[in-house]
Amino acid sequence: MGLSSDLTGETQIISVHCDRIDAAMAIQFKEDMRAETQTDAKRVVLDLSAVEFIDSSGLGAIVASMKQLEDGRRLDLAGLRPIVEKVFRLTRMDTVFRLFASLEDALNIGAD
Amino acid sequence: MGSNCKHDCLDLSFPATQARASDGIATLSARLAAHGLPESKADDVKIALAEAINNVVEHAYAGIAPAEVQIDCCLCKDKLEIRITDTGSPMPDMRLPGGAPAPVDTRLQDLPEGGFGWHLIRQLASDIRYERRDDGNLLWLQFDFNELP
Repeated sequence: MGLSSDLTGETQIISVHCDRIDAAMAIQFKEDMRAETQTDAKRVVLDLSAVEFIDSSGLGAIVASMKQLEDGRRLDLAGLRPIVEKVFRLTRMDTVFRLFASLEDALNIGAD
Repeated sequence: MGSNCKHDCLDLSFPATQARASDGIATLSARLAAHGLPESKADDVKIALAEAINNVVEHAYAGIAPAEVQIDCCLCKDKLEIRITDTGSPMPDMRLPGGAPAPVDTRLQDLPEGGFGWHLIRQLASDIRYERRDDGNLLWLQFDFNELP
């Protein structure tokens, strides 16, 4: 569905090249994330800046993507557009993920 | 729902499959914006509309051949009314699901991956009504514009 990955030190950045993550592509997204995250990176940052819309199935696929990371690694999210951020906020998933306004912000802060 | 406004109506129907629903939601959102849906409401409408349509695809037509989902929108000065109809199975107990939020205060592995849809719709729509009529489902969503976001 269009993911690209870039490993910088211990951080893996996965960028979504797709304008929506919704019910029609949720399963594919989860599978592609599984394939992309088979790395030794200690931290995974998902760049959502190209994503213009997400529905609850897409949200579920992102949650599943974090749950399937090995060794309890966290998935951080960057570059959420207002409508995407709103779905996270209304479902309280903004309390589960660390959200960053931009990829740059996410990388400046680093892993814990 | 209100007939006391000058309606600016648009409609769209498509087969109830995930791919067609995905395109249909994008098309309808763009058309509503072009018809003057206030920008401050555009995101709320799109999120709720997507959840309502996905419910039809995933539940009303679960286990049966998907037929059409029909969406009729009427844009008034102070509100948007959306009527979604399908010929699929009725809602459980012939009524709207509750929409309790999926709990997120859990261990990572227990986090919910679904069950958010009705919670989102109920938070975003100003009024929701459901009727089972003539072997089909009718769902009305209303969005008032005079509320503060």
